[in-house]
Amino acid sequence: MKRIVGKAVVVPRPNIDTDQIIPARFLRTTVRKGLGAALFADRPELLQGQAGTILVAGENFGCGSSREHAPWALLDAGFRAVISPSIADIFRSNAVKNGLVPVQIAATFAPGTEIAIDLESCTVECEGRSYAFTLDPFARHCLIHEIDELGYLLAAEEEIAAFEAKR
Amino acid sequence: MPSRTLFDKIWDAHLVRPETEEAPAILYVDLHLVHEVTSPQAFTVLRERGLRVRRPDRTVATMDHSTPTLPRVNGRFPFAHGDAEAQVDTLARNCGDYGIELHALGSEKQGIVHVIGPELGLTKAGMTVVCGDSHTSTHGAFGALAFGIGTSEVAHVLATQCLLQRKPKAMLISIDGALPAGVSAKDVILAVIARLGVGGGAGHVIEYAGSTVRGMSIEERMTVCNMSIEAGARAGMIGSAEWGTDPGARFDKEAALDVSRLAPMITWGTDPGTAIPVDARVPDDAPEKPLQYMGVKRGAPLLGTKIDVVFVGSCTNGRLSDLRAAASVLRGRRIAEGVRTLIVPGSQQVKHAAEQEGLDRVFREAGAEWREPGCSMCIAMNGDSLTPGQAAVSTSNRNFEGRQGRGGRTFLASPLTAAAAALKGAIADPREVLR
Ligand code: SF4
Repeated sequence: MKRIVGKAVVVPRPNIDTDQIIPARFLRTTVRKGLGAALFADRPELLQGQAGTILVAGENFGCGSSREHAPWALLDAGFRAVISPSIADIFRSNAVKNGLVPVQIAATFAPGTEIAIDLESCTVECEGRSYAFTLDPFARHCLIHEIDELGYLLAAEEEIAAFEAKR
Repeated sequence: MPSRTLFDKIWDAHLVRPETEEAPAILYVDLHLVHEVTSPQAFTVLRERGLRVRRPDRTVATMDHSTPTLPRVNGRFPFAHGDAEAQVDTLARNCGDYGIELHALGSEKQGIVHVIGPELGLTKAGMTVVCGDSHTSTHGAFGALAFGIGTSEVAHVLATQCLLQRKPKAMLISIDGALPAGVSAKDVILAVIARLGVGGGAGHVIEYAGSTVRGMSIEERMTVCNMSIEAGARAGMIGSAEWGTDPGARFDKEAALDVSRLAPMITWGTDPGTAIPVDARVPDDAPEKPLQYMGVKRGAPLLGTKIDVVFVGSCTNGRLSDLRAAASVLRGRRIAEGVRTLIVPGSQQVKHAAEQEGLDRVFREAGAEWREPGCSMCIAMNGDSLTPGQAAVSTSNRNFEGRQGRGGRTFLASPLTAAAAALKGAIADPREVLR
């Protein structure tokens, strides 16, 4: 995945927490699938009938709990990326592990506009303008090459065993 | 060696592989706590890939989030939802299959994961502790580096006992002054979050220091560290003589707070950064949305705001000292007509200790419900929840819209303030009851 192109779904509120993204009653599941229906279940007015694949939100998006159900729900509902001036730490980490691209830039977009996110150049393009964003090089590498972090850690087995042996 | 922070020391001691520009560090995990809600999909990953749990001896599980807090009926736990029961059964099966110690529902050691970890002596200074739960920061009270992880990372730790991590920055918060009567650790951390803002700690591990913190009991320290995530921080920690920050060590950010004149704090809005003194007025510049949701008015006092429910419990304030504090207000008094008060001990051990002291009687005689341990109305997954429009004073940690039930309104406060509200049926100042 090098480039994502999609329409903006704009929810210009700050501090959209994980309880708003997916209320806790939907966490009584033992699978990852099918959570799109639970996305913003108690806040349907936030999406206001917008359709698109790139969520543009206010600052401190994804604050709150560590529930990975939040990015799972967004992905299941068709979202590929989240753009916000700031994205909470655990949410960002969870997003990358599932291929949901977290983009931290302070810019406003109109609902429905087409946005392109280029992971190689780390830029967002929209209506002839371009915005640079930063992404951890490892996260970017994993997103572009769809690398699975568990595989990466498993490959470090010898080092892990050596670490345990010397403690 | 140059001066290092407590965080630096723990970080360095757990590096399997240091970080580089290209890749995060591989960090070793000493203790992995597991619960039913964020683990099933992680065990599925192990099964799909044919992996074992690398260190079952460093992994401990319990059931807390979706469990009922009412006693067994005819020998059966009264689950409010079939899927919650299925989730709990899944954890039991996973722990059995992979040889993980489980403090299951019904066991003497069951309870909220962040209450039982310390209680069982699992959490120790200098450790790295993780759990698929953002309030893992609680364990930082012992001088540990403890933080929440997502479910993919739960699978990483199960399979490799390691995590890929970029080193967060370090923030020092110095808290000084003697706490006035009626003011507790919960008020301190609510004041810290109000100061920093809900994103103010992002990317940082907070170390709490200063005379106030040094004077705190371990339970009070847990309350403070617990809510670090509510300021957006990765973790919170408190050092000791053996495990502490070297003099002269550098922090990336510093803040100081004098608490000698702090009042009991309470939140008026829908994020934990909105705490104000309980006798203050809602800020004149408060934004419209949270005002509307909470049903409060700009410039109006919170005192006297009618409430329907009081919840005392959670990993923030569900330990014995918290129950004692609530009982000190309720003892020999009656809860206001029509107010539902739920007292939910953080663990079976807390419950038994409280019953030994007769606290359960104090609560029952005041008109409160004395429940079985669990997260209960902190997250409202188990059937304990607010109904739309109901207002609650809660000792838990989050007041997000719908957190305690769809349409429910949450005012976060200390056990003293929550108990005072139960007596009045409205937001009240505990200092007046205690006087
Ligand atoms: S008590 Fe609340 S915050 Fe603590 S672990 Fe349970 S749900 Fe999470």
